[in-house]
Amino acid sequence: MMDFDQPAGDSRIDLSRILGQPATRIDGPLKVSGAARYAYEQHDVLEGQKVGYPVLATIARGRITAMRTTAAAAMPGVIGIVTAPEVGKMPKPFAFNVAPLFGGDEVVHYHQAIAVVVADSFEEARAAAARVEVDYAGETGGFDLHGLWPERREDARDPVARVGDFEAAFAAAPVRLDHDYSTPAHSHAMMEPHATLAHWQDGRLTVWTSNQMVEWARTGLASTFGLSEDQVRVISPYVGGGFGTKLVLRADAILAAQAARRLGCPVKVALPRPAVMNNTSHRAATLQRIRIGAEADGRITAIAHTALSNTLPGGRGENAVDQSRWFYAGAHRLFVHHLGEMHLPESNAMRAPGEAPGLMALEIAMDEMAEKLRMDPVAFRIRNDTQVSPEDPDKPFSDRHFSECLTRGAEAFGWSDRPLRPGSRRDGDWMLGWGVAGAYRGGPAMTSGARLRLQPSGRLLVETSMTDIGTGSYTILAQTAAEVLGLPLEAVEVRLGDSDLPASAGSGGQWGAASATAGVYAAGLALRTEIARRLGVNDADTLVFEAGTVRGSDGARSLADLAAEGEIVAEDAIRFGDFRKRQIVATFGAHFVELGVHALTGEIRLRRMLAVCDAGRILNPVTARSQVIGGMVMGVGAALMEEAAIDTGRGFFPAHDLAGYEVPVHADIPVQEVIFLDTADASATPLKAKGVGELGLCGVAAAIANALYNATGVRVRDYPLTLEHYLDELPA
Amino acid sequence: MKPFSYHRASDAAQAVARAAELPGARFIAGGTNLLDLMKLGIEAPAHLIDVNGLGLDQITETPAGGLRIGTLVSNTALSADDRVRRDYPLLTRAIAAGASGQLRNKATTGGNLLQRTRCPYFYDTAMPCNKRLPGSGCAASTPGAVTRPLGVIGTSQACLATHPSDMAVALRALDAEVGTLSADGARREIPLESFHRLPGAMPEHDTVLRPGELITHVTLPAPVGGRQLYHKVRDRASYAFALVSVALILQPDGTGRVALGGVAPKPWRRPEADAALPRGAGAVMERLLEGARPLSGNAFKIPLATRTLAALLKEAA
Repeated sequence: MMDFDQPAGDSRIDLSRILGQPATRIDGPLKVSGAARYAYEQHDVLEGQKVGYPVLATIARGRITAMRTTAAAAMPGVIGIVTAPEVGKMPKPFAFNVAPLFGGDEVVHYHQAIAVVVADSFEEARAAAARVEVDYAGETGGFDLHGLWPERREDARDPVARVGDFEAAFAAAPVRLDHDYSTPAHSHAMMEPHATLAHWQDGRLTVWTSNQMVEWARTGLASTFGLSEDQVRVISPYVGGGFGTKLVLRADAILAAQAARRLGCPVKVALPRPAVMNNTSHRAATLQRIRIGAEADGRITAIAHTALSNTLPGGRGENAVDQSRWFYAGAHRLFVHHLGEMHLPESNAMRAPGEAPGLMALEIAMDEMAEKLRMDPVAFRIRNDTQVSPEDPDKPFSDRHFSECLTRGAEAFGWSDRPLRPGSRRDGDWMLGWGVAGAYRGGPAMTSGARLRLQPSGRLLVETSMTDIGTGSYTILAQTAAEVLGLPLEAVEVRLGDSDLPASAGSGGQWGAASATAGVYAAGLALRTEIARRLGVNDADTLVFEAGTVRGSDGARSLADLAAEGEIVAEDAIRFGDFRKRQIVATFGAHFVELGVHALTGEIRLRRMLAVCDAGRILNPVTARSQVIGGMVMGVGAALMEEAAIDTGRGFFPAHDLAGYEVPVHADIPVQEVIFLDTADASATPLKAKGVGELGLCGVAAAIANALYNATGVRVRDYPLTLEHYLDELPA
Repeated sequence: MKPFSYHRASDAAQAVARAAELPGARFIAGGTNLLDLMKLGIEAPAHLIDVNGLGLDQITETPAGGLRIGTLVSNTALSADDRVRRDYPLLTRAIAAGASGQLRNKATTGGNLLQRTRCPYFYDTAMPCNKRLPGSGCAASTPGAVTRPLGVIGTSQACLATHPSDMAVALRALDAEVGTLSADGARREIPLESFHRLPGAMPEHDTVLRPGELITHVTLPAPVGGRQLYHKVRDRASYAFALVSVALILQPDGTGRVALGGVAPKPWRRPEADAALPRGAGAVMERLLEGARPLSGNAFKIPLATRTLAALLKEAA
């Protein structure tokens, strides 16, 4: 185990030739040709696969009193039906899960899985599932967060953090802001619905699934089915988007595994698109209140952020206030997060959990505050930038260049030419507005391992359970290995997403890229040591790995020659030390947006977007840029259209597909530019890299809201910024 | 999906004869809507009669100077037809505002008119819906329901849904007629105005078509000229159903026609509203949307319709 227990010094990685270069995805051709097999497409791994189709609860809360399956069981092709009452209550798979996935007669949310019908074909299973009859004893529940808000917005008895005397400082501040903001529930709406193929043999369970965290899935399956972890194998080589809803097991895996065990055949289950919204997880809706007090010179003296979010009992909701604790300076501080227990489906992590909705509110408030202060919103943010934790001056940021993001962005965007007065610039019927917002997202890292095999052919095989959820893991891990061993990228092959491979950090919380490359780096150094041993050299650091050769005092040998004597294998992992906790490792950015608002119809059309990101060393500018522009697209969705609207009478999300839950289409997205600051965070990882996958989303929606204000003079504090919020205030 | 029998017809007479023999049969052409609904268990016809082989895929000129559009003409072909683009640009614009290129390639003229509503409660078979399951109730009209996509006028206590077609809105403004054939050989030319029904107490019937009656063509009268514009407002820039859409035909003398989509169970047009065109968008909408019963989540559709018409009048001027 390599311990990363102090900041990285100067290293060979600083002189990297492959890492940091713009390599296109090595898995790209497989994906565009259909050769990359996703979980539901593993047709050839097992004979006799059967298809399961879920039966979903049609009440939000209550109990199943009867289930009649005789008619369904008699349908053509049906092999068996497994029902939740007959299976009985099952343990919750993993601490991170909130709602039960299957088992027992209690219904805690709409579209909870209550049975699975298995048949020879998908169509037969679906037809039979429709014939299962269920009686319920329904209970009423709480479904409307707004009812809790008037009381909770005032309640600061149990703060997340309190520093100084916020109330007094706010009352004394010459310039003050106090507003409420709201963000709706969001659906992950990833392209590939959850899917699993499960197979039991000799008491061992193997699943081919679509999951971001192979180890967590293995742990979850082991605890659910009473197995040891080595009796479970999880294979998840390709994931068609996850955004957090595939961090933990979902019902597809439990249904498939349960049915496969009971029926004695491999069973695959994909959640139908209409089930994704209510059966799986969503980003909680938030109601937020922000108060900021400042001196006339723009220095913040008091800041408070209170938020309320929905969760099932026992869940964590959406902590929309945490980033506000560390983003801006100010002596007197108060942060409160209330959980609003609701009987809606499970709210859980979605891309940039907390920061995404938190910054949607905070960065509007900062814009409003700048206006009150008659300051440039860029200058106001810079005025309140900080190099230390605002809660603890002895806790520094490891590497923070937020002000530089703003100034570089302002220069590149031509910010000095912005319309100073709202509603002052026009292009025909289009009212033009510019907006800016800051971005903040943590830079976590997690233990991650890998095994490297230098094969007799001279090719290098990288093996780790790490997943590629569309992010580019295959490519950056190949680059890392190639860099450390001095091989061309083409000589490296990467195998991912299999719990039989060395345990990795997995993909989530934008920790994946930084952690997994560090793990491959550790394994790469271990392999260099093994190569040195084969050469009879004591100290691998005396060797130079370059262009497929290893060179020492005795001359150079090609790695292929060396491995021809027998495969050379090394495995190692990186572990991140506590020194990181004595500082704040995070990522920063600034978003700039120009848009037009049609003065009559109120339609919004973006004209250009710019992101400037400070995320340490960029491992691959092509895949990193893809992550950031993808985040920006998601931010456009959050700003303009995405809303999992709640039927507060029945307690569910009526949107059932990607027509009812809209995400942006190409026509919504203008020119996007991304600038990465040339930074390297020595406290992040040995490669000095941090994630960008979530940073790209943070702040985008607020930049759009601020541009909408700049265009029209109408301040909208409720998302999405659909036209009913401002139509009546536009010129007639 | 419920098992169903599948039949191919080779001409219209055979198709309607088959339909008469097979109660509960549905015609299928592009299948862009019906197949989805069958997969979701919303529609479960016992028999499908495939009409793609009927040969009704031509656009021909009528003696009256109009166009006769075969029911199987694809949305793509219709919107791209030179005569349509020249003489009925409203129709081209409306079709191009709907769906996606792939869907328009498959969707047919007759099928487009027969699209079912996109009300989310219609789509969830666990929900009461009088359109899907007559007499079961209307989930959209109960407290707490999501009402933003629903209609504001022409709706009833039994049903609040809208008709989703863009093409039909243009056809309504163009005074098109729907030609049909029944098994007894009877042919009807149904003005589009009366082709789609208001829901009243029977929202399960979207149109006045009788069981087994087949749309064979749509007739456009002689071109009416004028500036013809269609604008569809939605939450994203493309590939979404309308919040409000407005079809406008404006003559040089300021008279013209207006039809709306996204607000009602059918393409929405009133002669008295057309007559108010010379007095501007507000005067038109006062008449066109008089009697509207907006819901908490969709009252904005009324000012939005007025503003969108104002934008089109400005563009047409």
